[in-house]
Amino acid sequence: MVTQPFKVLRAKSETYDTFTVELAPIGNGTQFKFLPGQFNMLYVFGVGEVPISISGDPEKPAKLIHTIRTVGAATRAMQKLKIGDAIGVRGPYGTPWPVEKSVGHDVIIIAGGIGLAPLRPSIYHLLSNRNKYGKVILLYGTRTPDDILYKRELEKWRSRFDFDVYITVDRAAVAWRGNVGVVTTLIPKAQFNISNTIAMICGPEIMMRYTVQELNKRGLSYNQIYVSMERNMRCGVGLCGHCQYGPNFICKDGAVFSYESIKDWFLKREL
Amino acid sequence: METLDRYLIEHPFLKDMGPEHIKLIVGCSANVKFDAGQFIFKEGEEADKFYLIRAGKVAVEVYSPERGAIALQTVDDGDILGWSWLIPPYKWHFDARAVELTRAIALDGKCLRNKCEDDYVLGYEIMKRFAYIMEQRLDSARLQLLDVYGK
Repeated sequence: MVTQPFKVLRAKSETYDTFTVELAPIGNGTQFKFLPGQFNMLYVFGVGEVPISISGDPEKPAKLIHTIRTVGAATRAMQKLKIGDAIGVRGPYGTPWPVEKSVGHDVIIIAGGIGLAPLRPSIYHLLSNRNKYGKVILLYGTRTPDDILYKRELEKWRSRFDFDVYITVDRAAVAWRGNVGVVTTLIPKAQFNISNTIAMICGPEIMMRYTVQELNKRGLSYNQIYVSMERNMRCGVGLCGHCQYGPNFICKDGAVFSYESIKDWFLKREL
Repeated sequence: METLDRYLIEHPFLKDMGPEHIKLIVGCSANVKFDAGQFIFKEGEEADKFYLIRAGKVAVEVYSPERGAIALQTVDDGDILGWSWLIPPYKWHFDARAVELTRAIALDGKCLRNKCEDDYVLGYEIMKRFAYIMEQRLDSARLQLLDVYGK
């Protein structure tokens, strides 16, 4: 696929190292359709290209939204983009979260840190099709209260009667009145129908590992659990081999996988 | 007359505990309430109780002169608070402060220790349940130490 030029409509700081950009295509069409969980290759001209999950609403394709954490040269350059600046977009790529398969089920979404961004499109989808699902639960863990993404939106979601939102931080000063502890400590408190639940997890791999264990302890089988994997993605279409993960390419066969399908590879340290 | 048996049976920590043991435990228990901001115990004080949280939220804190009070963990509905009553020298290692209005059942540690000495089956049951909680909290503390969300 060819990189298309997009322009920055809006840029917003989320935390000290994370920001959200709204983009619109320059020229070719006015809509960018994608499925929750898919990602784009974003290219800062002359600097580099990186895979970034789409974090906007799939039912509002007029704006392409990405939440980005600064970790290297390309993302640092993206942080400096101003309204009207151009950026290259190639995508969407990857497999979606199982929002269709989850119809009729309880859904538990577990996010760690920046992992909330790739899950936000599925939250939008679940909430705008709320009557198709059983309980919908979000468990979100971050480092400190200052690292919480989408604060206003989380407040709005928390006020809904049909969406259970639990937030925890790893450490906090006494002014924080919420939960303190790792995100796995929220799992025993969440109320869901074990045999009829789909879990979607995104966060650092070590967090996902312990989260899978805790869900399994609660009685969820591996084919009820979906995780979003991350490796060094370059081409985005499974040709270059940079993101090979056992028999899979993360960019083409993932990034969302059922845990059942990758459990044999998940604990392999060499991959 | 309403006794605390009902609340003890309902609490997850004592789930499936035999009625003969509930009867022993209820003799060591008291219904308590803490207002938001109230200290439940402070580091270094005698650890003579532990608490079954019925409703509310409590922060386990450590005080540092440079950084003030730092919350290490919160416990809420259905959790237990405190195990220093089990291990000599029976002193609290941290502070505990109610984050919001908290209702709990306080269990007298010395009373319960004596009953566990007299009835080893009860003692083993209590130890098994605390060992499970300790394992969970140790795992959580290790994960917190890893700072998994850092770059």
